[in-house]
Amino acid sequence: MARMALLWKRLMTENVKSLFGVDDEAKAIWVFLEQMGGSLEGVGLELLAQGRRMADDVGWQVVALLLGDQIGHLAKEAIAYGADEVWLAEHSLLKDYTVDAYGGVVCDALMKGKPSVFLAGATPNGRDLLGRLAVRMRAGLTADCTDLRLIADTGVVISEVTGFGGGILALIEAPTHRPQMSTVRPGVFPLGEPDASRGGHVIDFQALLSEDMLQTEVVETVVGAGVDLTQVEALVIGGRGIDGNFDMLRELADALGGDIGATRPPVDDGYIKRERQIGQTGVVCRPKVAIVCGVSGAFHFVVGIQDADTVIAINTDPEAPMFEFADYCIVGDAAEIVPALTRALTLERVLSA
Amino acid sequence: MPELKIVVCMKVVPKPEEVGVDTETMRLDRENARSEMNPPDMNALEMALDFKDRYGGSVDILSMGPPFFSDILPVGLAMGANHIYLLSDRGFGGADTLATTYTLAQGIRKIGDVDLIFCGEESSDGATGQVPPGIAEWLNINQITMVNRLDYDAKRKMVRGQREIPGGHQIVDTPLPSVISVATASNEPRFMDYRIKPSAFEDDRITTWAAKDMDVDPGLIGEPGSPTIVSGLDQAPSRERRMEFIGGTPEDIALKLAEILEDRL
Repeated sequence: MARMALLWKRLMTENVKSLFGVDDEAKAIWVFLEQMGGSLEGVGLELLAQGRRMADDVGWQVVALLLGDQIGHLAKEAIAYGADEVWLAEHSLLKDYTVDAYGGVVCDALMKGKPSVFLAGATPNGRDLLGRLAVRMRAGLTADCTDLRLIADTGVVISEVTGFGGGILALIEAPTHRPQMSTVRPGVFPLGEPDASRGGHVIDFQALLSEDMLQTEVVETVVGAGVDLTQVEALVIGGRGIDGNFDMLRELADALGGDIGATRPPVDDGYIKRERQIGQTGVVCRPKVAIVCGVSGAFHFVVGIQDADTVIAINTDPEAPMFEFADYCIVGDAAEIVPALTRALTLERVLSA
Repeated sequence: MPELKIVVCMKVVPKPEEVGVDTETMRLDRENARSEMNPPDMNALEMALDFKDRYGGSVDILSMGPPFFSDILPVGLAMGANHIYLLSDRGFGGADTLATTYTLAQGIRKIGDVDLIFCGEESSDGATGQVPPGIAEWLNINQITMVNRLDYDAKRKMVRGQREIPGGHQIVDTPLPSVISVATASNEPRFMDYRIKPSAFEDDRITTWAAKDMDVDPGLIGEPGSPTIVSGLDQAPSRERRMEFIGGTPEDIALKLAEILEDRL
């Protein structure tokens, strides 16, 4: 079997060693809980739920690692969502995430707790942190995972990741290195039901930090001004074929309670901001419905909506490749069909009110 | 004041839509795929060249991969980069991010006195996004990831980056030397300059280093330096779409779509 051969080869060669190994590991799944301004990022809680499922199968512990300034109240939430233990590090220099401060404290905690598994959300900060820590600890890291399994008899985590724009699935493991580190995409694992009556321990972990250890400074954080198309349920997307008429798409999106996006050409032409670009070099979305107007259907774009539940495509060209990636195909002019659809939806709402 | 010395890490990748899996051998079939510059790395190169335009200095390209990369990498020279360093050795093969970042970091050390290292946010083939922080850790220097705008304060030898975070952004200051990962699609890469292009593909613009030319620990490169193994590989199940055509007047179509939307939302 290919895997056994690989493993054998790996064990027989003199290879890089992690700071602690399988023999020293604690049978525990650690989850990095990211917080900003005193509220927890959703993906951390999703990972607590998944960590709980994986740990319960093998009788391991789930430990949440929580860093920040005056965020002790969040420990209760972590326990309610499935943590047996919360390692809490509070320090004024942990107020904002910087890899200087967080990297040092998280590494200290990992060296003390020696968990077999360490998980974090594949958020900008999660990737920033684990990418650095994996090198510091000489550990294996799987990134942007879409599934995780813990093999009961070996304690090895198998991570599923995608590559090539989602076209290829790979299973990756780091059988001989600890901790087994992974970042996981937000939204992959369902959030558990919080149980306020759950018991758990809070362990105060002392963060050894001083100003002179930090070089990077967060000058300003602005949240709420940007758009987040990854959470939108109804997405109306325009391509070159709509000639910059995004007002019409906006009206339809409003009627659906959704938002608008674009392919690259209208962004390059300045019709719409780059933050709304969908595709391989933009945002990858998973809406319930994507309505795609005047888009030819190049691969670089299609990967951005391949996880949509339903795709509706409108294009004047019956040969447009986009139709091959759509559930409902309309050969016609978006400038006629989109306003008609907006009217129909508005009328429906009035009638049903 | 010495000029800014900038390195951009770039990778050549197979076009994603042309890669398949040989399910029997569990290997990627890249044979039939054409190669391209990793699209996010083009954003990194653009930000680096823009830095050179604004503040002066030099921009070199660093890559690790097989010799054929030298057919594609000169595109970066034609856009305005100065020189290419290609780390190419059979011993580098089979590297995961730990071994890759070590090898690239040793390449950066050999180039010497580098102030800024720009990387794409992630590669289209592996999509791990772990290379930029990994390089920064091996070199023990600072990092700002997911940057969509960067300015330089020469007096303080600091860069100020605008970093994308969910639903907003952050302004982050850090001293040089530093690694910057550039958020995908944060700029529009320039076209090749037809005046430079003829000289871009000349051999003296590429320096190739093998393991023996570099100061590398054999236990930290290639397979021995990689903690992870790929134990399974498969074509992702492609989603079957209905491809149902709806005809009629715009009003007919609108009513039918309204029905579908009500059902699906």
